[in-house]
Amino acid sequence: MTNKVWVYIDQFKSEATPSAWEALTAAKTLTKDLGGGITALVFGSNVGEIVQQAFEFGADEVVVCDDISLKDFRIEPYGALFAKVVGEAKPEVVLGIAGTRTRDLFAYASVDLSTGVIVDATGLTMKDGSVQVTRPVYAGKLLCNELCPNTRPQLITVRVRAFAHPEAQIGKSGTVTKVDAKLSEEDLTTKVLDYVVEEGQVSLDGAAIIVSGGRGVNGPEGFEPIRQLAKVLGGAVGASRAAVDAGWIPYAHQVGQTGKVVSPDLYIACGISGAVQHQAGMRTSKVIVAINKDKDAPIFNLAKYGVVGDLFEIVPALTEEFKKRLGK
Amino acid sequence: MNIVTCIKQVPDTAAKLQVVDSHVTWGDSPLIVNPWDEYAYEEALLLKEKFGGKATAISMGPETANEALKTCLAVGCDEAYLISDAALKGSDASATAFTLAKAIQKLGEVDLVLLGKQAIDGDTGLTAAMLGRYLGWTVLTQVIKIVEIDPKAKTIKVERFMEEGRQVCSAKIPAVVSVIKGINEPRYPSFMGIRKAAKAAIPKWGIADLGIDPTRVGKTGAFVVWPEIYPMPVKETKVEIIEGASPQEIAAKLADRLIAEKVI
Ligand SMILES: Cc1cc2nc3c(=O)[nH]c(=O)nc-3n(C[C@H](O)[C@H](O)[C@H](O)COP(=O)(O)OP(=O)(O)OC[C@H]3O[C@@H](n4cnc5c(N)ncnc54)[C@H](O)[C@@H]3O)c2cc1C
Ligand SMILES: Nc1ncnc2c1ncn2[C@@H]1O[C@H](COP(=O)(O)O)[C@@H](O)[C@H]1O
Repeated sequence: MTNKVWVYIDQFKSEATPSAWEALTAAKTLTKDLGGGITALVFGSNVGEIVQQAFEFGADEVVVCDDISLKDFRIEPYGALFAKVVGEAKPEVVLGIAGTRTRDLFAYASVDLSTGVIVDATGLTMKDGSVQVTRPVYAGKLLCNELCPNTRPQLITVRVRAFAHPEAQIGKSGTVTKVDAKLSEEDLTTKVLDYVVEEGQVSLDGAAIIVSGGRGVNGPEGFEPIRQLAKVLGGAVGASRAAVDAGWIPYAHQVGQTGKVVSPDLYIACGISGAVQHQAGMRTSKVIVAINKDKDAPIFNLAKYGVVGDLFEIVPALTEEFKKRLGK
Repeated sequence: MNIVTCIKQVPDTAAKLQVVDSHVTWGDSPLIVNPWDEYAYEEALLLKEKFGGKATAISMGPETANEALKTCLAVGCDEAYLISDAALKGSDASATAFTLAKAIQKLGEVDLVLLGKQAIDGDTGLTAAMLGRYLGWTVLTQVIKIVEIDPKAKTIKVERFMEEGRQVCSAKIPAVVSVIKGINEPRYPSFMGIRKAAKAAIPKWGIADLGIDPTRVGKTGAFVVWPEIYPMPVKETKVEIIEGASPQEIAAKLADRLIAEKVI
């Protein structure tokens, strides 16, 4: 447990979240300067497989706590354990993937560790012995360089899809260090009762392709062509706030300042004008396509490709075209 | 029930920002209540209407933040406190949470603290969990529904909006809860409310009132510093408008481009 660079592996129901491994790629950029290997931190119940994967994706050591009290993420047991293990080993930096759990965990434990947290890194460099984090602020209108200069560890989450998914080296292994849970079930007052998952929902988080609909889809049934295109492309369905507020699609699909911030390879905006608050959620997408009737819609200032036309003609034609091309 | 809601004042979501020497300005765009915090004060008011008690709004910030607190009074909060001190300038999320914790302790018996999911200037979303830890209370973030509260048994049941769906959980109060869109529809202030709020005197607490050591907060106490802020580099993309005689022709051309881009 002497490595300077640690990575916390986010998991849900005993499986690493798909983007969790990106933090290992980010960690590798730091070991070049800081030296040593990478220690992965795995908390949960029944997480043996994650331990193995952590080695294959680049960890040299895994510190694991496999305990029934850690089955569901709860901030108290995770926070207490994290503060203890990290507080004793004193790494220089702990990275994790940006998401609800890791952000909460780092924030909570940072109070015990008397150190700082920086979230949503899109870039990491070294400056005067500290990690300089580049991250978007003000809804992505500005960038900020942040540092945690005087206290350790530096707790940093990296934005989903900001770093590549690492290549697996099948069969690679390393040192496993087992640690005990800090709190037992009797100590815990927060109980997870249930998960309610929306039927057939492809999560926007980490999606490589997103097809979004706005007020232009003109009703709940207007999302049908959007869904079909997303399906053919293997993507997720997004929406503007106008479409969500109208009740055409649940809030889980909202992209923007008061919705999800996404960064897919391809974002297809259909019937969305491109208000700044919507841009806040999608402007860092690699390639943006806009389909809009109004040639002056601000979304065209952001898009790489645009179609001025009726989405109800263009979107189904695209679906048919990709069915042919992708052999579906 | 005594409920406290933490409100931050931020530049309008549509403001055109300017940065000079890493200092952000927003011209004559208005300052507003952080949009997520509207859900926090609305939930405080709904709970107060249901259980009785008091809703108190607090904000840490410069004198201008009084305007945000007046909005809270205008919609129906009973009391508001401004936490303002030159020594607080440069506070990071941790120093902010520490200061808010001191203010909440000074307010006395509090059952529930409601915050927004995140502030739209710094976009960190760290304050709730830090505040909860400083207070030693339950932390429940990203709450989209408060299912029930039992003030006698001191329990709360909520639905949390997670990446994988809604997590239903029960916990003890006092609790620090951050809320998201979808939990309620924030009300507008009434004309009477605005008039009353305009006349209200909002007490101001400095760090001495809160017993805070000046080296613990502000620039000196912050763990995290942000020496540089600059505009997002503009991507050199000029839109290529795809044209064609029919939707099919347009679709074929667009498909060619997207396949060449290797995004499909
Ligand atoms: C505090 C705050 C937070 C906000 N947060 C968000 C957020 O998180 N996400 C978000 O999206 N918005 C957000 N908004 C709202 C935002 O300002 C816009 O109102 C919203 O994004 C508009 O949605 P829209 O583009 O779907 O609708 P509109 O602006 O009405 O645009 C509809 C577009 O569809 C086009 N159109 C119509 N019919 C067709 C057709 N048949 N074919 C092709 N094109 C067609 C029109 O030309 C038009 O450009 C927020 C606003 C505020 C004040
Ligand atoms: N200066 C502040 N004064 C009062 N509340 C704040 C302040 N900063 C943050 N908050 C609260 O904490 C939430 C999360 O903010 P942040 O962690 O900065 O993204 C906000 O939505 C507010 O409810």
